Amino acid sequence: MDKGKEGMQVSRRTFVKGSALAAAGAAVAGGSLVSLYGCTPEEEGSTGNGTTAVADDVVWSACNVNCGGNCLFQWHVSEGMISYMESDNTGDAALQSRACLRGRSMRRWINNPDRLQYPMKRIGPRGSGEFERISWDEAISIIAEKLQYTIDTYGNQAIHLIYATGMYSATGNPSGRLLNCVGGYLRGMYDYSTHMLQVVMPYMYGSQFSPYDNVHASSFSEAARASDLVVMFGNSPAETRMGGANAVWDYAQMREAVYGRGGKIISVDFRMNESISGHPDEWLPIRPGTDGALVAAIAHEWIVDEKVDEDFLNTYCVGYNEESLPDSAKGKNKSYYDYIMGTGYDAVEKTPEWAAPITQIPAEKIRALAAEIAAAEAPYICQGWGPQRHTNGEDSSRAICMLPVLIGKIGLAGTNTGQREAEPPAYLVGGIPAGDNPVEAAIPVYQWLNAVDHGTSMTELNAGVKGVEKLESDIKFIWNYAGNCLTNQHGDINYTHDILVDETKCEFILCWDTVLTDSGKYADILLPDAMRSEQMNLINQGYAEYYTGVLLGQAAQAPPFENRSSYDVMADIAEAMGVGDAFTEGKTHDDWIKEIYEAGAEASPELPSWDDMLKQGIFKKTVEPSIGLKAFRDDPIANKLETPSGKIEIYSEALAELNDSWELGEGEVISPIPVFNAGLYGYGGATEEYPLYACGFHHKARTHSSFSAVAELRQAARNQLWMNPVDAEPRGVANGDLVLVESPNGKIQVEARVTPRVIPGSVAIPQGSWHDADMKGDRLDKGGCVNTLTDYKPTPLAKGNGCAHSMIVQITKA
Amino acid sequence: MTQLGFYFDNSRCTGCKTCEMACKDYKDLGEDILFRKVYDFEGGVWSANDDGGWDTTTFSYHVSAACNHCAAPACQSVCPTEAILRDEETGLVYIDEEACISCEACVAGCPYSVPKMDPITNMARKCDGCLERVKAGQKAICAEACPLRALELDEIEKLRKEHGELDQIAPLPANATGPHLVIKASPAVEVAAGEKGFVANEKEIA
Repeated sequence: MDKGKEGMQVSRRTFVKGSALAAAGAAVAGGSLVSLYGCTPEEEGSTGNGTTAVADDVVWSACNVNCGGNCLFQWHVSEGMISYMESDNTGDAALQSRACLRGRSMRRWINNPDRLQYPMKRIGPRGSGEFERISWDEAISIIAEKLQYTIDTYGNQAIHLIYATGMYSATGNPSGRLLNCVGGYLRGMYDYSTHMLQVVMPYMYGSQFSPYDNVHASSFSEAARASDLVVMFGNSPAETRMGGANAVWDYAQMREAVYGRGGKIISVDFRMNESISGHPDEWLPIRPGTDGALVAAIAHEWIVDEKVDEDFLNTYCVGYNEESLPDSAKGKNKSYYDYIMGTGYDAVEKTPEWAAPITQIPAEKIRALAAEIAAAEAPYICQGWGPQRHTNGEDSSRAICMLPVLIGKIGLAGTNTGQREAEPPAYLVGGIPAGDNPVEAAIPVYQWLNAVDHGTSMTELNAGVKGVEKLESDIKFIWNYAGNCLTNQHGDINYTHDILVDETKCEFILCWDTVLTDSGKYADILLPDAMRSEQMNLINQGYAEYYTGVLLGQAAQAPPFENRSSYDVMADIAEAMGVGDAFTEGKTHDDWIKEIYEAGAEASPELPSWDDMLKQGIFKKTVEPSIGLKAFRDDPIANKLETPSGKIEIYSEALAELNDSWELGEGEVISPIPVFNAGLYGYGGATEEYPLYACGFHHKARTHSSFSAVAELRQAARNQLWMNPVDAEPRGVANGDLVLVESPNGKIQVEARVTPRVIPGSVAIPQGSWHDADMKGDRLDKGGCVNTLTDYKPTPLAKGNGCAHSMIVQITKA
Repeated sequence: MTQLGFYFDNSRCTGCKTCEMACKDYKDLGEDILFRKVYDFEGGVWSANDDGGWDTTTFSYHVSAACNHCAAPACQSVCPTEAILRDEETGLVYIDEEACISCEACVAGCPYSVPKMDPITNMARKCDGCLERVKAGQKAICAEACPLRALELDEIEKLRKEHGELDQIAPLPANATGPHLVIKASPAVEVAAGEKGFVANEKEIA
């Protein structure tokens, strides 16, 4: 069904304010958004791409940050300036892509007094944030010269396009294409969102695994359709996917459907998160990072009570018991069964009594949960990306999947695989092709800092490098477009700072953004970017499960000062390096959008024509619920998983081999079965000096660190550490007090929220707040950035950012 | 006369504050003034169990609150200049800024703390139910914004018929002014009745 077309109507206010049609007073269907044709003469300093809206217009655009929701905007524009926003108020209300509080604040980012204005060159020491204004010509020639110098001196492998997610749009970031035109760059694998999960899950479910669509997961809409029990581990769509056609709305609909048939929701989380606001009975509090222990105890109960589905395990899995272990593991008590029942390597029986002090969940509650899941007809078990973002994330993420595996509730109506809810993969438009990267070498993205510091000693065996045996060069040139992973969103800012300020290591850093982030302070050249709402823009809908869609947006106002479209600037850099035609193929930014859209329309004939899309701006169509691993469940022979055995590998021989062959650090283990392993700074890791556990969480005032420049958001949802009264009272900390939080890695100052909504013994620190410290002085971070506290120690297998949620701290009243 | 009022679904609200920010954007309000505010209301205690586990009675819920366009508005009754008026067509209560003398009587008088002094104009301001939009046949900006579809502005009699008569849950004050408000309570409201609750985000809604 074509909801988009059906739903198109022009806001009545537009007509009231700007059109003679107002007299008619009728809702106008058919999508005559006059504004989209609106075109004023190119202004001085404007990019010349896209159009500038005329007065009293309504202009479509979309949010473009890394919650992935891509919610819709209708900008109301007056005299060339955005005056306010309506989000999606068209068509079927249940399918409206309603922007969240952040999206509704986008005008305050676009028109922020702290917008970068001109290209700048560093004049102070690196990291000082001291810059001087330069011309675009000078900036482009410096970047081109430095790129060429790096290629000539160190080779293309010394260039790294650092992980960055501040720009989601079809044409938003052609950096890779540009760098590929000049010989390529050191690749980054995986991402900061799903690092541990993405690396480990293929060993269990097969190499086609993706955390981003329903290859291995069922949609919430399937739970809505047929589940009677939803169990969520570390998953709060109300905080991670907040928009109104994003997962939070799908979740709300699902909950009402499940309740409607007498079902239940259980949310296993160390916080009473916002998804369960108003529903306290849904909360099962757990110590962060101990999901694997809870799972092991549930498994124990199921084995004792004979609830495991032996037929399923024998047919679809390897490694549950001795009989289904691969030959290399036989006779050594290496099965999952042995691990659970106390006959495995650690000789500990995983009873609820064993798990209670670890998880802080009373044994009787663990037994009740085990019975409840076992009794469910169609349990929908899922995990967010929080549990995997721990130092033991590679074990926890697989362990959670063991619940549906053990009882054979996979690939059936209403069930899920233990993975995060996922939308059917229906991407209607692509992007500017990146081209081929001639550099084979690839590092796990979180390893970039090690590659700056000692890249040439990094190998597959000691650092997870792929494509080459070892790196040939350290990283000498960092290209950072719309990203804040140089410091703010990376591990251990103080350590990272010390590496970055050494100009003999990374010799050149390019940062490119709309505001001065903490990462931007480390730029050698800092470029100001046009926002998507300041140029034509194209984007698929995000994570909504009930529909797919596409938006074609237009410039709502002109870029301020000397801000330019990144595409135009990259075209100039390409030109300066002699690859202008290869980069642009003779096309302008808007030409690319038209080409990308028309390619999408050719593949999906239900999409409107380009001309119609220019008028209507948005298109939607509904999609059906989906069941993860259904084909495999239906026929495990014809539809083998892409694991070595073709089955679900509870025991992974490949992981056992890595554990033997890789050069792991002291205490590091790559376990072939999903065990509970406390991990660095996990359970048992707190000390007298740092007696509290700390875990990050996603904060509603920001998308990661995006939107941090908006003061109104910072006030609406204040940056506060959550702390239980049990921990606050002995420290004399009251709700709203400033506290100092110290870890082995650094110290922050932050406001405390003293609340029973976090489990005792652990504190919750919102991630993404902007770092603000005197790095030449006491380094006390008054911005309260969680990564001042995190360690920078890549995890054993993924070499990922597990420390992001595994911290130990002490807290004192400031 | 039609009387409009708000419906708030407390069982859906996640405290996201999108309503607040949509209102701020539309009404162009800075960080120090709110026409709609979201209370974070919570409570409960923890106790350690013998086996190392913990039990808790914790609850939390949110209340999104704006002007209730009351039947007997306290703000109106204390205003010395008759600057607070009710729109005849919609029943929405609004402030005539021309007539406001900045005496702050309404600010002190409203049991819901709705009218606020605008720090820039030094006039009393408050939610007018998006009168201009509503009269043009559109929805209030907050209601249209809610990602959870937990807010509506509609004829109060219709809302009461559909959703019942509940017009007060903590921390809102007891009904003394005839608020045109209908609330669908979440399960947490019942839990809260047996516990000591508190507004956890005073600094955000001041």
